[in-house]
Amino acid sequence: MSEVKFSKEHEWITLEGDVATIGITKHATEMLGDIVFAELPEKGSNVEKDGTAGVVESTKAASDVYTPISGEVVDTNQAIVDDPSKINEDPEGSAWFFKLKMKDQSEMDSLMNKEEYDKFAKESAS
Amino acid sequence: MEIKKTSLNNLHKDNQAKFVEFAGYEMPIQYSKGIIEEHKFTRLHSGIFDVSHMGQLFIYGDERLTEELEKIFPLDLKNLKQNSSKYSFLMNEDAGIYDDLIITKIEEGYLIILNAACKDKDFEILSNILGTKFKMNLDSNRSLIAIQGPKSVEILNSIINGVDQLHFMSGKWFDSENQKLFVTRSGYTGEDGFEISISNENAEKFVQNLIDKGAQLIGLGARDTLRLEAGLCLYGHELDINKTPIEANLKWAISKSRLSNGGFIGSEKIMNQIQGGATKIRVGIKPEGRLIAREKTKIFNETETQIGEITSGTFGPSVNGPIAMGYVNKEFSKVDTKIFLEVRGKKYPANICALPFYKKNYVKGVN
Repeated sequence: MSEVKFSKEHEWITLEGDVATIGITKHATEMLGDIVFAELPEKGSNVEKDGTAGVVESTKAASDVYTPISGEVVDTNQAIVDDPSKINEDPEGSAWFFKLKMKDQSEMDSLMNKEEYDKFAKESAS
Repeated sequence: MEIKKTSLNNLHKDNQAKFVEFAGYEMPIQYSKGIIEEHKFTRLHSGIFDVSHMGQLFIYGDERLTEELEKIFPLDLKNLKQNSSKYSFLMNEDAGIYDDLIITKIEEGYLIILNAACKDKDFEILSNILGTKFKMNLDSNRSLIAIQGPKSVEILNSIINGVDQLHFMSGKWFDSENQKLFVTRSGYTGEDGFEISISNENAEKFVQNLIDKGAQLIGLGARDTLRLEAGLCLYGHELDINKTPIEANLKWAISKSRLSNGGFIGSEKIMNQIQGGATKIRVGIKPEGRLIAREKTKIFNETETQIGEITSGTFGPSVNGPIAMGYVNKEFSKVDTKIFLEVRGKKYPANICALPFYKKNYVKGVN
């Protein structure tokens, strides 16, 4: 599996061949608070880089989930729809959101590595 | 305008509060454990709420004051016992609600607890009606602390002996460590609990004492989920100047004797609506599945005609599912009526349901 990359919208992404797994970061879940609802894109649909690809709702508010790259949705994680509190428990592991068949490898280039993201998250939080 | 802070602001910070601005005040929305944990802790144990942003209006006077206030509030104040509290509203001539409030008869007159966002305007309205005949004090030297949940009576009674003898919706002055505290048995969570009015300089020490005895600070986030589960209205959401107490399904809060004789501001409209019926009414709404429908969500009937709007919607931690309140046209207000909620462009099924969502299984002496 590739190095984990991060977007400015607080999604993480890993690559295995040309299939990307995408979720939201621990930092994002800490900002959102208790997550109580998740909506995921439909399997087989196509999503565009930086477009919305789902929704999460906390006790406080609804937030869009964006996709950091374009592609076809090949799998979604029903477990987090059935029990959204899993997203708070393990956001960067078992609580992934969806898998994409990547369309354009170059879209990965603009994403941040862990160190860059941690710095970005720290700055955007203050 | 500079943001206002309550006397517990430093204590909130020490307890890792996340702050929001609410009615011009910097208030804690949650602490480190989060809304769901705070909500459940209140239901099972004892939660402390800083509600010092709310207005504490003392009006001093005798039976002449009672007479004047009966022209304003739809209450039988003449027969209200000293130390008893009532839930009521300040209305305009069209029975539109300026504010909802709790009024307690005290030896010196009345104490009225007002919403933070409304208190200054309320004071102005009441001053205009009452003139200078009665001394009025919107007291900013006092903090207001709520303690709610099944363990609250035990915890508070260990600090202020005798509060366990208070009945629900009553309050009086207590002396504790050479200070005067006004304590009412009331609250807005659906739990047993108290509200304590205390001077600003003593508030932090008092709350720290409650914490040391096992209660925990709870933010406005959980206050909202708790009151919504209890089916209670929040001003600016379920109540505003364009809604009447009858439409808000709060007829129970109007004293029966006042319904027949009227004579209070807005009484004509109220009596009119009782006879002819209001066209819209507040209801409880249970979305199917896990969908959350927030404030301003449009409500439709089965033939896709809009029949109302959501006024509050969230996830109820004790109900373990989504809950909402809103207004619908009266013919759709029956329990179990199927409705549809438009969320992110799609319509989802929901049902009208009875309030409250959460009912206390209240057995005295057993926890």
